[in-house]
Amino acid sequence: MANPGNEACIVGIGQTEFSRASGRSEQQLCAEAILAACEDAGLSPKDIDGAMTFDLDNSDEVDLMRNLGTPEMKYSMRTPQGGAGSVTTLVHAKKAVESGLCDVMVIWRAMNERSQYRFGQPHTAVNPKGLSSTFMEWCMPFGAQTPAAWEALSATPYLERYGVTSEDLGRISVLFRQNAATNPAAWFYGQPITLEDHQKSRWIVPPHLKLLDCCQESDGGVAIIVTRRDRARDLRQVPARLLGAEYAFLFNHEIISDFYEGDLAELANSVRVKERLTAAAGLAPHETNVAMIYDNFTPQVLRQLEAFGYCKPGEGKHYIADGHMNLDGKSPLSPNGGLIGEAYIHGMNNITEGVRQLRGTAANQVKHVETVFMCSGVAGAIIGR
Amino acid sequence: MTRISSANPHRPDPVLTIDTAFFWAAADEGRFVAQQCGGCATLWHPPRPVCPKCLSKEKHAHDLSGRGTVMSWIMPVHPPAHGFDAPPIVVLVETEEGLRFVSNVEGIDPRQMKNGLKVEVAFARTKGGHQVPIFVPAEEI
Ligand SMILES: [Zn+2]
Repeated sequence: MANPGNEACIVGIGQTEFSRASGRSEQQLCAEAILAACEDAGLSPKDIDGAMTFDLDNSDEVDLMRNLGTPEMKYSMRTPQGGAGSVTTLVHAKKAVESGLCDVMVIWRAMNERSQYRFGQPHTAVNPKGLSSTFMEWCMPFGAQTPAAWEALSATPYLERYGVTSEDLGRISVLFRQNAATNPAAWFYGQPITLEDHQKSRWIVPPHLKLLDCCQESDGGVAIIVTRRDRARDLRQVPARLLGAEYAFLFNHEIISDFYEGDLAELANSVRVKERLTAAAGLAPHETNVAMIYDNFTPQVLRQLEAFGYCKPGEGKHYIADGHMNLDGKSPLSPNGGLIGEAYIHGMNNITEGVRQLRGTAANQVKHVETVFMCSGVAGAIIGR
Repeated sequence: MTRISSANPHRPDPVLTIDTAFFWAAADEGRFVAQQCGGCATLWHPPRPVCPKCLSKEKHAHDLSGRGTVMSWIMPVHPPAHGFDAPPIVVLVETEEGLRFVSNVEGIDPRQMKNGLKVEVAFARTKGGHQVPIFVPAEEI
């Protein structure tokens, strides 16, 4: 890095509790998470001059400023593509603070996704104004109306080509729940499962997805603060340097409805991200010490493991079964329990866990963590001490 | 002879947008079509206002053979699919022309479903009296 002082770092993380019903507004969850992140960093909300969330978030920078007294924004933006956009936020934040668009950027995601609305319920409305891609139009009249259905439709060719069984998927879920069981912040704290529990759980989308293959829809808020390294030196925490953050999205692909291009057994976008990220960060995802891999559904974990280079195509199930992703393995997977075990705050709670692992302050702390990999399909980031 | 299924009288209607209405209008007439570029003759699905290959805005509906192969199949059972009395078999079909469509397969026991199944187009009636293209196992020739 030509100018190390210029490098972007995550300096603050904050979150609310994760619950079935938060009992307060999404705007309040947003404010609480940001205040917690400011407190963590040793910053005031008055220091924030950049703001970013998902295009799906119901709070905006107006709400943020009006609640927290932030006097002036230099930059604000929203990122598309749902949970796949979670790690994309780090791509934007890195470039924004390193280029000087803003100095202290806050990223948040706050949602009453359990108590007010659930993504997992059938989606039956198509927005004729076409605010987003039109994929729903082609799915809805045929009964493919939920993220689980879209995910299963795109994952089936992979699962069948490599003979991935429901038990193989179940072992991923068992691992997440084992980690969540000893994480007091997790929805499933104290509630590990066995492979038999997974097998007995109800079908959501046969022939592949059971209830325990799905992430845990939750209410909650998460916030992350990014600034430059020279500024980070004066703050409270050991900065998590953003060694690399990359995004790739290829022609004719879609996000969860990625049906129309190429070999469905491969995640072409993720392969491209891995190439760019390895070049940018100077190390590959599998060379890091902790893997925070977006787990909306269990098949997505295997496909990303392979696309991001942890193992060869089709070997993901063995990589898990052989224990490489256990807490004491060579690449521990989501020690917080991931989105399946801790909570589904659209992927953002996996980023805060990555930062805790780097700091050495996590509930299920992995030993000797120097670098952490985080990904959400179309984006990946590596943070380091 | 085109078959028309009435198995799901509450099946959701298609939503017509400016760029896609031709597809659903053709289905109402019992035709299974795709967008064909007027500039380079490439077929596209889903439809789009501009051909990404030659950038032409000229296009028309092209009749497809109606034959294809199942690439992926699932059965959403929970939560129940809106508008379906029983869980549908949802498929991703690749047509002979190399285009992919999300659709249904009817007329087969789910226990017999498998990827690679040869299918041919049929149509299903929707709640509001429209028709959408679905598939049935192909007749042995
Ligand atoms: Zn063309």
